[in-house]
Amino acid sequence: MQPLDILLANLLSPIVLAFVLGVIASVVRSDLKFPESLYTALSIYLLFAIGLKGGAELSQTPVRVFLGPALVTVALGIITPIIAYNVLRRTKRMDRANAAALAAHYGSVSAVTFIAAQAFGTLNGEPAEGYMPALVALLEVPAIVVALMIAFVRSKRAGSWQAALHEVLAGKSVVLLLGGLVIGLLAGKDGIEPVEPFFVSGFKGALTLFLLEMGMVAARRLRDLRTVGLYLVAFGVLLPIVHGALGVWAGTWAGMSIGGAAVLGAMVSSASYIAAPAAVRIALPEANPTYYLTASLGITFPFNLTLGIPLYFAIARWLAL
Amino acid sequence: MSYVTLKLVTIVAERILADRLSEELRELGARGLTITDVTGSGSRGVRASEWEGANVKIESVVSPAVAERIMAHVAEHYFQYYAVIVYAHPVDVVRGDKYV
Repeated sequence: MQPLDILLANLLSPIVLAFVLGVIASVVRSDLKFPESLYTALSIYLLFAIGLKGGAELSQTPVRVFLGPALVTVALGIITPIIAYNVLRRTKRMDRANAAALAAHYGSVSAVTFIAAQAFGTLNGEPAEGYMPALVALLEVPAIVVALMIAFVRSKRAGSWQAALHEVLAGKSVVLLLGGLVIGLLAGKDGIEPVEPFFVSGFKGALTLFLLEMGMVAARRLRDLRTVGLYLVAFGVLLPIVHGALGVWAGTWAGMSIGGAAVLGAMVSSASYIAAPAAVRIALPEANPTYYLTASLGITFPFNLTLGIPLYFAIARWLAL
Repeated sequence: MSYVTLKLVTIVAERILADRLSEELRELGARGLTITDVTGSGSRGVRASEWEGANVKIESVVSPAVAERIMAHVAEHYFQYYAVIVYAHPVDVVRGDKYV
């Protein structure tokens, strides 16, 4: 397929269209509203399902195959927040607290971007490796820790660093993802077969519904675009491209397939909005949530979902030539 | 029936503070709490955990001395950076010794 056809196919996929519908619903002030418990249930289902599937795949992956990508992922988790922090500080646009807060978000992963990238690969005949969910867990934690460390080493802080670490490690995204991985790993492929109808068949439908809600949440953030200014919009698009390209390159270097390297690129480029905001709010209360939530949710997530993911696949294909 | 007049302290705070505040209230001398999910609007706007519910309302019936301690504590530790309000009003209760 031509690059433009792939881009169009992505834009017309149900998950992207559901996201757009969510944005429209919010813009026209529709009374459509997900009950809070449905959002929570969907996120639990999605995180646990990718953990389970990844664990089952991991049980069949030899350690030497997994080791390279795992080490590369941890390294990326350490480097990307440092890049983000330095970009923000050197351009003199953000104070330390806000720069560190944004660095924590751009270093860690958006699970939904990861799932969307994986779905995109499967759809286009370039599936990623089955163990990818394990990499999500590996990328999530170090980035937030590194970013908070930058903030705490540089000056005395109002927030609590231990409480923030607890928020990350015991937060629902890490517990569900890691817990699912371990269960899948212990049960093995045959072991999870009985629960597969529930966790695998319903997955894409649940994801589509979740993206509808994401559209509404992202649209609420769009109203803050004027407050955050053009600088943050540019940051929210350009930094993911740099991080994404870096991730694709590192993945290819570690011997991953085209799909795997591209999905890794999407993961590295994405900005967290479940684990990171909670941890940052506790550790760096003086950082302004409008900046980091608007950038990660209102700018970077829509960019990655529509244009970023096809771009990372194109880079991966080009590197594999 | 005989009534005792105590203070009902109410804190409305962003959700992320719920656990921390209820622990600290206990330490400051509150014997019990009621926590409700609430929404609304004020001067701050954005919530870091808005998907998990915007705000919580924490209520506790305490002695006037404890009420003062709680209000001073919240003012000192949370007013600067978090979306929090705290207020107290007198309430009549039966079994006054239950709360102090």
